[in-house]
Amino acid sequence: MTLGYTLLYLTLIVLIPLSGLFIQTMNLSFAEFWNHVTSPRVVASYRLTFGASFIGAAINAVFGFLIAWCLVRYRFPGRRLMDALVDLPFALPTAVSGIALTTIFSKHGWIGQYLEPLGIKAAYSPIGVVIALTFIGLPFVVRTLQPAIEELEKEAEEAAASLGANRLQTFLRVILPTVFPALLTGFALAFARALGEYGSVVFISGNMPGRTEITSLLIITKLEQYDFAGATAIAVVMLVVSFAILLSINLLQWWFSVGRRRVA
Amino acid sequence: MGIEVQRVSKTFGSFKALKDVSLKVNDGELVTLLGPSGSGKTTLLRIIAGLELPDDDDKGAVLFSGEDVAKKHVRDRQVGFVFQHYALFKHMSVFDNIAFGLRVRPKHERPSKQAIKDKVMSLLKLIQLEQFATRFPSQLSGGQRQRVALARALAIEPRVLLLDEPFGALDAKVRQGLRTWLRRLHDEVHVTTILVTHDQEEALEVADRVVVMNQSKIEQVGTPEEVFHKPASEFVIDFLGNVNVFKGRLESGRAHFDTLAMDVPGLAHAPAGHANVYVRPHDLDIDRQKNGSQSLAANIERINPAGAHAKLTLLGVDGNEIQVDLPFERFTALNLKPGELVYVSPRKVHVFAPEYMI
Repeated sequence: MTLGYTLLYLTLIVLIPLSGLFIQTMNLSFAEFWNHVTSPRVVASYRLTFGASFIGAAINAVFGFLIAWCLVRYRFPGRRLMDALVDLPFALPTAVSGIALTTIFSKHGWIGQYLEPLGIKAAYSPIGVVIALTFIGLPFVVRTLQPAIEELEKEAEEAAASLGANRLQTFLRVILPTVFPALLTGFALAFARALGEYGSVVFISGNMPGRTEITSLLIITKLEQYDFAGATAIAVVMLVVSFAILLSINLLQWWFSVGRRRVA
Repeated sequence: MGIEVQRVSKTFGSFKALKDVSLKVNDGELVTLLGPSGSGKTTLLRIIAGLELPDDDDKGAVLFSGEDVAKKHVRDRQVGFVFQHYALFKHMSVFDNIAFGLRVRPKHERPSKQAIKDKVMSLLKLIQLEQFATRFPSQLSGGQRQRVALARALAIEPRVLLLDEPFGALDAKVRQGLRTWLRRLHDEVHVTTILVTHDQEEALEVADRVVVMNQSKIEQVGTPEEVFHKPASEFVIDFLGNVNVFKGRLESGRAHFDTLAMDVPGLAHAPAGHANVYVRPHDLDIDRQKNGSQSLAANIERINPAGAHAKLTLLGVDGNEIQVDLPFERFTALNLKPGELVYVSPRKVHVFAPEYMI
């Protein structure tokens, strides 16, 4: 029963719209398809989208870990406020965050004015894309790590210390392996979210073709030019690659959790 | 290695977990800290380990073989600590768990791979889990896990072994087995060991000496025999097994309770006043007739004949409940039935005069 509903729901919500995408691309011959998805402008956009998403997710994995750790382990005034603040990138309309980030990081913005003399151009550059994608991905890492850190046994750390391990060894050998699956999930979610992000990026990136143009924007641009086939072709590539990446992260996780349970 | 705790106090917020506690543990001794929960026994153990720091007053000190370790971090104290809930590293195999303490040593002190392997295998043999080296903690029973935790602690060749209610999470049968095993192990390895427990039977059975704790203080330190047969306080006699309490009076060295009067040599010079008279259930005998010795009349309420002793619950004429443990042979010879009127005579009593004690 439950399985039946699950399948029905997934079909309606996920599979049918996605297969529409594939059917749409069928209008193209393979050569046309290949031309669409490998034109230099499109390839540059893949590189930027996947690269910036990966960097953003990686930054979040590090700092999201720190934030989650502080929120779980320390009691300090303003903890609840900080906890609520983490969700803000979830709740804020992405366009709003995009405009806010652009204002702050542009040449005359609060932070941008200090970066400019250092030769760092934050807004209207690939760095800006990374900033936006880091911003929107943070809650995913923090929220998936929090329960995992809460479940850590304080005693395991004490045991490690009593056996002579220093803090770094305890972190690397005891804490990190225990929360690694959750960290990986958080990373995957932040990464996936960043791949599909549009609103917050288009303002800060400047959308220069071949330089700061992300793939989702390119798709919109093609649609606006009534190039439906071209748009769907790119979308299909995004879809397949994203799926492959997420699947491999899942496999990695599965391998990791099976690895520790394997029977002698 | 001998351990000395000198005048240590510990405060958590407004709660005083330890009040000016001093204790000496001799080299190679197995000592149990026994007390109800909240008595401070675990805090004392954690302070010895270095997992907790004592209050920063000028009096307190923790000495390992005479050396003050109060400021030393737990990782530098070389203590083996075993937790109630094992605290094994779940993502590591049994082998890796035991090897952990050796592998995290700085490079110049770390044994070779082969030496670590030999050490771990010999410990696995010691805990009788040789075939389980590649298993993960989740694949072991509670008793096996605790043995792994013990081997892990022993791997670093600790100067002292500290066990915090190590058998508390296990069922009675496993517990009994591990208890005897631990005692044998200790006789083999001879590492100074301190074990925390709230189970008086466990404490009395494994220990060379028992430290009875109550309300953040030590009530009595002594061999199991001493604390059981010569309890220093009402708390100790009450905590170590079942006991009947009679409210009475002490007058010129004689305790009067119910219809009885008995000499109390130890309190010959105590001033007259209230006294509590404690009698263990197995120190009471039952007769059908008054037989000349001092006795109390009582009615048999309930009989539980299961066990080496028949456990009887009697009701004294003044409504006081009295517990009696009769050897089973004696019980069958008397052929007692509920409702009968019998005479109860104490063989041995412990008298405490509260005013005098304080």
